[in-house]
Amino acid sequence: MPPPADFRSQIEALRPYLLRFATLQLRDAAAAEDAVQEALLAALAGEAGFAGRANLRTWLTGILKHKIVDAVRRQAREPALPPETEDGLPDFDALFETNGHWAERPAPWGDPDGALEQQQFFRALEMCLERLPARTAQAFMMREHLGLDTPEICKELEVTPTHCWVMLYRARMTLRECLQQTWFGKQ
Amino acid sequence: MMLSCRETTRLVSQGLDRELAFGERVLVRVHLAYCLGCRRARRQMRFLRRAVRALSART
Repeated sequence: MPPPADFRSQIEALRPYLLRFATLQLRDAAAAEDAVQEALLAALAGEAGFAGRANLRTWLTGILKHKIVDAVRRQAREPALPPETEDGLPDFDALFETNGHWAERPAPWGDPDGALEQQQFFRALEMCLERLPARTAQAFMMREHLGLDTPEICKELEVTPTHCWVMLYRARMTLRECLQQTWFGKQ
Repeated sequence: MMLSCRETTRLVSQGLDRELAFGERVLVRVHLAYCLGCRRARRQMRFLRRAVRALSART
């Protein structure tokens, strides 16, 4: 039995949101389209699984997360993926003195939670995320956006836990620096 | 043993991804007690987590 038209249109209405979510994570428009398409098809096929659940968006996002992980897994296996370079990452030697202390102490961020009310802030955050090298961004987004734990991320990206922690550390320090320059330092 | 800021921020970041060992937590706490820069870095890394979660919560 085909799903009723209203269920289908409700799902379709969420496509832009899902696409945005997938693009943030995969950084590849075609891969994001595919993941969303797979998720929507799975949702239509599994409408019964939704019955009685409170929030359609939450349910769809849950399905999409699995499709994204599948896509990341495929990307990790692609031999064409260029090896990660240090491009776009802060020079850690510039952040710290040779004795390991701050070269320049981080400035306070005032009222960061106030920034979460501002559309412009999220634009700045997305720009900073886009500047990260692909694999570093992927590890970071799997951790903070999809909420996976490090063993899962290491497995999907086929790296050691130590390498995983290093990537997450670099991502956080780079994003800190980027938001300082593009947002908080300008407030 | 005293941690440098580089080592402290590395452990603070790892603390967001795994449970730190007791000894690591003590070393981090001692360092943070006297280092304003690392306290700010920790607050800002935690904020990043909230910000990225809020990113997907928006329509």
